[in-house]
Amino acid sequence: MHVMQIIPTGKNHKEIIKKKEKQLFFTICINQMESDWSGRWNHVRKFVERGGPFAHPDFEPSTEAIGFLQDVCKILVIGAGGLGCELLKDLALMGFRNLDVIDMDTIDVSNLNRQFLFRHKDVGKPKAEVAAEFINKRVPGCKVTPHYCQIQDYDESFYRKFHIVVCGLDSIVARRWINGMLISLLKYEDGELDQSTLIPMVDGGTEGFKGNARVILTGITACIECTLDLYPPQINFPLCTIAHTPRLPEHCIEYVRILLWPKEEPFGADVTIDGDEPDHINWIMDKSIERANEFKISGITYRLTQGVVKRIIPAVASTNAVIAAACSTEVFKLATSCCLPLNNYMNFSDIDGIYTYAFEAMKKEDCIACTNIPKALKFSDGDKLQDILTYLIDSAEYQMKSPGITTSLNGKNKTLYMQTVKSIEEKTRENLKKTLNELGLRDGQEVYIADPTTPNTITFKLTLGCNME
Amino acid sequence: MADTKKVVIDKKNKYDRQLRLWGDHGQSALESACVCLVNVSAVGTEILKNMILPGVGSFTIVDGNKVSGEDVGNNFFLTKDSIGESRAKAATELLSELNDDVSGDFVEESAEKLIRANPDFFSRFTLVIATNLCERELLELDSLLSKRNIPLLVCRSYGFIGYMRIVIKEHTVIESHPDSAHEDLRLDHPFPRLIDYCNSLDLDSMDQKDHSHTPWIVIVYKYLQKWKESVCIRTNKEGFPLDEENFDEAVKSVNTALVPSSMPSEVRKLFEDPCCKNLDSESSSFWILVRAVKEFVDNEGKELLPLRGTIPDMTADSTRYIQLQHVYHGQADDDVGIVTEKVRRIEQSIAKEEPVNTLNMPPPNYENCISDHDIKLFCKNAAFLRVFRSRGLAEEYNSKTANLQEIAQHLGDEDNDDDDFVFYVLLRGVDKFHEEYNRYPGVYEDQVEADVTMLKTSVQKILHDWGLNPTSIKDDYIHEICRYGAAELHTISSFIGGAAAQEAIKIITKQFIPFNNTYIYNAMKQSSLTVQL
Repeated sequence: MHVMQIIPTGKNHKEIIKKKEKQLFFTICINQMESDWSGRWNHVRKFVERGGPFAHPDFEPSTEAIGFLQDVCKILVIGAGGLGCELLKDLALMGFRNLDVIDMDTIDVSNLNRQFLFRHKDVGKPKAEVAAEFINKRVPGCKVTPHYCQIQDYDESFYRKFHIVVCGLDSIVARRWINGMLISLLKYEDGELDQSTLIPMVDGGTEGFKGNARVILTGITACIECTLDLYPPQINFPLCTIAHTPRLPEHCIEYVRILLWPKEEPFGADVTIDGDEPDHINWIMDKSIERANEFKISGITYRLTQGVVKRIIPAVASTNAVIAAACSTEVFKLATSCCLPLNNYMNFSDIDGIYTYAFEAMKKEDCIACTNIPKALKFSDGDKLQDILTYLIDSAEYQMKSPGITTSLNGKNKTLYMQTVKSIEEKTRENLKKTLNELGLRDGQEVYIADPTTPNTITFKLTLGCNME
Repeated sequence: MADTKKVVIDKKNKYDRQLRLWGDHGQSALESACVCLVNVSAVGTEILKNMILPGVGSFTIVDGNKVSGEDVGNNFFLTKDSIGESRAKAATELLSELNDDVSGDFVEESAEKLIRANPDFFSRFTLVIATNLCERELLELDSLLSKRNIPLLVCRSYGFIGYMRIVIKEHTVIESHPDSAHEDLRLDHPFPRLIDYCNSLDLDSMDQKDHSHTPWIVIVYKYLQKWKESVCIRTNKEGFPLDEENFDEAVKSVNTALVPSSMPSEVRKLFEDPCCKNLDSESSSFWILVRAVKEFVDNEGKELLPLRGTIPDMTADSTRYIQLQHVYHGQADDDVGIVTEKVRRIEQSIAKEEPVNTLNMPPPNYENCISDHDIKLFCKNAAFLRVFRSRGLAEEYNSKTANLQEIAQHLGDEDNDDDDFVFYVLLRGVDKFHEEYNRYPGVYEDQVEADVTMLKTSVQKILHDWGLNPTSIKDDYIHEICRYGAAELHTISSFIGGAAAQEAIKIITKQFIPFNNTYIYNAMKQSSLTVQL
């Protein structure tokens, strides 16, 4: 039987996985071949049954390898959108049969120009379910299991089941969360990583004509948090520009969205803006035009209004196809060892010709996610709790969303601030204005941060100087 | 009436995410295009899929083969039930189902027969995409298409290697959408309107609010005028500069804002092109516009292109930002006006040369009247114009006319150990092998080893023909290619399928810049290479 060999450095850990998968393998040989036809796997077989000079050093060509791919290997696809649809098709045609797909979204008309498993009649239905049904029908023997939910709805026991996780996400927070989850599954013995606990993550992303694909060997190569600075923090227009000195049509639209909508409540008191509701967009557009006219600004259209309100990122079938294909090739390499995987990041753009650039993203020595070193937080004891929060949100290194802080004082756990639960937020809000000194926090004190960007609690060590620099 | 309106809205919603990339005019070009796919392969159907989804006008598949079990194995648009049926028909059915707006058609005939029996069949297409043709068929198709001035895109997926080749006589791009371009502000060559406007503002006498909301373009202009005695920065009582965001912006932008205004060399080259110099009634509107802009640059423009007319956003009050915007817009409009006059004069002069002979004179050539909108678009993009001409396949495949300089450069250098160009040579090698033995190397399980030696000979023959060291290809690569046995992995086809579709869309919409002219993808390293052959 062929096993998964994932470490490019050539560490032999196949025995571990072999043991783990042995039982499974016996049950499969029986189910195999029912849905196959002559010649079906001729293409794939050449890669797993023949050796080659560029294969992984541990690669053992074998006629049983395809059985491993088809019946043992379990792959999780996160996202059933532009990349997800492509990933499912690609993996199914490469011989993978045990696929799970998670997506919390339903189908929108604007998906149809690229998410090719959906038709007009499917608008409004869950993406994961429609995509799974389509693949299962089109590719005999392939079993895609849909999960119409958020990734945060599942815990370790779910994620531990998979051999490889592939992401086709448009959300950085979700990427960071799954990255943290896979890292939390790693087990170390005497400081050595137990490689049977490693679940590689293959991640793809696209934006217009640009995209990237990367392979993360959790705990071994650079993870999402190691390279967080590759995602520039979202840029917002300054509020004073929006409120007082608009110059661009976008400023006028933001004025209506942020300031006018809550004031005028055009569709009722508790109605928030729905970017897909034409009545909402039309109202915002009309009001934006009024404001634009006042300042002699031109160029407001329905398309621009919707783009600004929904923060739409352009997307096209071709880029998604390219990036998903690169990711799926990497999954195939990881699962079969028939070729060394990408080490470890590839950028793609086809605005001016076609450009690809593969490079090794470096692991960050003190990464908050994939190293166990508590990070230092340097503040002065006169700083307020709010200052720590602001820092965690604003710094390019952490880019947190709504951090909660707890600590342990005199052997008791104490919640300093938590935003996500309303009653606790109200109780702890006072603390934000208190200085670290008033809160009883001393130099060297450990604080624990929870944030939507990770399923794990992150430990920080406070380093308190006397005065602020 | 209400129904058609609904269809339009639906289409706008469906295509919203791509309309933001190529606009309504790009979309309408795509929707009027007819593409032809020669041979159903995994890469072929993937390309069509990625063109049908965004709404290409129509497609036609030419394929005389029947579906095999192997075909279905790597192709999402063939099913088990279709084994034994026409490949063209089966693929057309499943592809058509992707998008109701697109019409699909097929011809159950081999390309080879069609080329000979009905060469005019291909005249109707905007673009032809060819996969899985042997060298001889490919050259025949190429010669047929180049006579009819129809672009050809050749695509291939072979093991871990992808290959594409564009053959197009001339492709002109006005909207190349550069990713990062310097602003065209002319601070080094200020035009009268800009001078007047900047002079109308007196930084010293302004109240604080106005001072800190003066657009930085004005600040940089003032500094340039008062190079030595800088009196612009305001200080507080202690003599420290005040914290003014607009001044920070001015400092940050000064390096890029003061890049000297000049003629881009790419555009300068176009002015020297024979197509620009020798206009006649056959000249395309692109070249008429190039000529008009050249005349502008030579005269009124004083060696500079028409002003782009846009400014970046910057800290400023609304009134003065809009005023400054008008200063630039106004100058750009004036420049467009001058170019328009020149265009009209050129149109007249080349129309005059048309013989006015018989009674059944053809109606005035509508194409010769370039719209005001197009002239404006052209002037705005004048710095980013591109012309692309690729050599034909016949030249590339003839060792006497091949681009040996480029080839030698990639193969000759010892340091270029990991140059992906080696895969181009190997693909030529497997074709030579196929020509001799009528099968690809490594197709049969029991012949892989023997084929390695034979393929080596084929590759050496090619290198020898080019006059290059016949042993310059490492054995490892020969082994790897034989391992593939012409297998077409779905994911490699899907990668090329995505990339090729986008190149096709670039050609059709005349927006963005296609690669020139050969592209090699190496999925082992996720690397790629573009070479001109």
